[in-house]
Amino acid sequence: MAEPLLQLNRICKSFPGVRALDDVDFSIQEGEVVGLLGENGAGKSTLVKIISGVYMPDSGDMLWRGNKLNIKSIMDAQERGITIIFQELNNCPNLSALENLFLGREIHSKAGMVDFRTMKKKAEEIFSYLGVQIPLNIPVGKLSIALQQMVEIGKALLTKAKLIIMDEPTSSLTERETQKLFQIIKELKAQNITVIFISHKLEEVFEVTDRLVVLRDGRRVGELETKSATRDALVSLMVGREIHSFFSSRTKAAETDVLLKIEDFSGPPNVSGVSFDLHRGEILGLAGLIGAGRTELALLMFGAEQKTSGRIFLQRKEIQVRSPWQAIENGIAYLSEDRKTKSLILPMMVRENITMSIHSTLSGFLGTLNRKKEREIADSFVRLLEIKTSGLEQVVNNLSGGNQQKVVIAKWLATKPSILILDEPTRGIDVHAKAEIHKLITDLADKGTSIILISSELPEVVALSDRVLVMHEGKIRKVLDKPEISQENIMGAVFAS
Amino acid sequence: MKEGGAGATGTVFLKFKEATMAREQKSFVAKLFSYRESAIFLALILLMAAVTIFAPNFMSGSNLYLVSRQISFVAIVAYGELFVILTGGIDLSVGSIMGLSGVISALAMASQLPIWLSVLLGLLTGIACGLLNGLLISYVRIAPFIVTLGMLSFARGIILIITKGWPVTNIPKPFLAVGQGDLLALPIPVWVMIVLGVAAHFVLSKTTFGRRTYAIGGNEQATFLSGINVKKIKVFLYMVSGAMAAVVGIILVARFNSAQADTGSGWELDAIAAAVIGGTSLSGGSGSILGVIIGAAIMGVIRNGLVLMRVSAYWQTAVIGVIIVLAAVLDRLKNK
Repeated sequence: MAEPLLQLNRICKSFPGVRALDDVDFSIQEGEVVGLLGENGAGKSTLVKIISGVYMPDSGDMLWRGNKLNIKSIMDAQERGITIIFQELNNCPNLSALENLFLGREIHSKAGMVDFRTMKKKAEEIFSYLGVQIPLNIPVGKLSIALQQMVEIGKALLTKAKLIIMDEPTSSLTERETQKLFQIIKELKAQNITVIFISHKLEEVFEVTDRLVVLRDGRRVGELETKSATRDALVSLMVGREIHSFFSSRTKAAETDVLLKIEDFSGPPNVSGVSFDLHRGEILGLAGLIGAGRTELALLMFGAEQKTSGRIFLQRKEIQVRSPWQAIENGIAYLSEDRKTKSLILPMMVRENITMSIHSTLSGFLGTLNRKKEREIADSFVRLLEIKTSGLEQVVNNLSGGNQQKVVIAKWLATKPSILILDEPTRGIDVHAKAEIHKLITDLADKGTSIILISSELPEVVALSDRVLVMHEGKIRKVLDKPEISQENIMGAVFAS
Repeated sequence: MKEGGAGATGTVFLKFKEATMAREQKSFVAKLFSYRESAIFLALILLMAAVTIFAPNFMSGSNLYLVSRQISFVAIVAYGELFVILTGGIDLSVGSIMGLSGVISALAMASQLPIWLSVLLGLLTGIACGLLNGLLISYVRIAPFIVTLGMLSFARGIILIITKGWPVTNIPKPFLAVGQGDLLALPIPVWVMIVLGVAAHFVLSKTTFGRRTYAIGGNEQATFLSGINVKKIKVFLYMVSGAMAAVVGIILVARFNSAQADTGSGWELDAIAAAVIGGTSLSGGSGSILGVIIGAAIMGVIRNGLVLMRVSAYWQTAVIGVIIVLAAVLDRLKNK
């Protein structure tokens, strides 16, 4: 075998109280696409951060084409041709694609002015090579996440990267955008560019990689050739035991009575004329591309955005929902798509976050908070959801992604909702926590809670939903009943012209 | 739960228990230092010791009386500022609100209205200014910096229009005690600082309102999506800030036996400085009343110490500037 492009030997890295990486070996050949897998906290991010110069290893060494590699910063890594594309894209949202592309590497004319004409020409070359059309002059913050990612990839190509690391690149992409990204990865591979690909979505990993490396608890536990790997083998490597069923099944069917009726909902930015019924104990999947209006519809139902038309009936009685607090009073809860920016108060404690939406029930004389009752409620949810935390006083920022998401779920369960809207409830969390949350969703529905499930992960929607509404450009395009629910039918409806 | 799982939980629990025990075994002193405010309190004590060495009369009863009264004024204004800063906002108008509230109270008293009514009118003036600030910030969505900068200028302008730059006099004698008198050896303004401080601390640490205030500073959007009426709370916070400023403005009328047109000018910076020195984060979410009091005390002691050491007044301003930045630097180092 040829000399590897990059080889890591016995890498160790500790953080206060945690051994993040323990004697990890890793190597990758030029032009290879390697998937890096593991549950949250397994050490994937730490490993790629070491490769890309964000962290320095405590011990162990790195070889680049057989020579000792000494990287002290991201800048060093970039000079060597190593680029990382972070999950939370590190761009300047207020600058244009062109400016982002050349940030810090502007091309100057002889007079020392920025040479926009040459930069523009180069940018167009790169984007046409990637096969994407990106407007060069509007702020990238206004582009879709997918396009922003393309800009980052363009940036990597511009710096002549030999190794591109993608940390969960597809977590905010739709199915179609993901396919586009994969095409590009294959294109990169053809150009002999090496890719390390981190994802929680196993289907994707199987589709795009050559080889899979699995980490668990900071150790490298195994490696599989993608061609010969099976899903079960991979999962059991990741979690350290066999998981037979991914999705829990319902013990009860949804009831027939209509709990919530949405009539002719319209509102910003593009929701128009949406009507549907939600039954008691039903899991109603909302499928569609990003921008199809799923989150937007949820925000209207929750009163976080104001609808321009439409009526909402709870048990046949019309209710007014103009604000989140009115929604909560009516038993409607909304778990938002982004737990860090929209769900959690990261610097506050587990206890404080869990009770954030039930202040009214904890409020006593002069608006004092009943601390005893608060602790009891928070404690009961920590137990119920098996939230792994050192205590109720732990700051949520210190919890892992899955446990943070459980805190958000606890917050909403504490409001005793009869209707729970879940927007991407399992985004960016590990397989194990995912399975637990799936189980919880079915349990809740079995007990009579009605659930609206928005998810870009089709297998999740397919497995959990009793009915699926497919949205497209702000409208409901198709309603699929239980027997018709399949990934093919959903995608068919999404892409029907 | 499976056996393996239970074992793992058990270990975690044991570790947790060890950690708590370690914490319990810490000495009283160590525990004291685990509080956020301890470091700046220590700084205050060292500062007082240093000042005493260079100017022994610092510790005299009459000097401490004066210093404590001066500190109390800044601290009360800074309470209000703290409420606002905790949500990531800022109130630049507190100095002008102080002045305007004082002038309104003084005019009311000078025109023979009962004292209680005059005080009430002054307070309502401050609250009304705060209400206007809050409404513009919350519902018209203008940046707090701009709105309160406008109010700073507007309220000062109104003072000058009303008074034409002349002091308002004829303050009834019985009212002067509020600013000049004392109770149980402490100046009355210090008592006001203590009472309002206890109340504000109670609100911030024990009530849903306080919890929501910190939450807004921690993540405003998440707080809104948790079903909390963020806009309403913000309006109320600026009203609190206006009210606290008004309290000091009114007490200063009694202190100086008149309302001056320039009373309070520049105080917004002292109030913000007291909050920052006291460990309040300008990006919101962290800070405490105790910290604010200590912050105000540090500033008061430095100013007084420099006077006692016969350092020129020009230097005082420069030193305060250094202290503000130094406090922020120390905070950054501590959180690293």
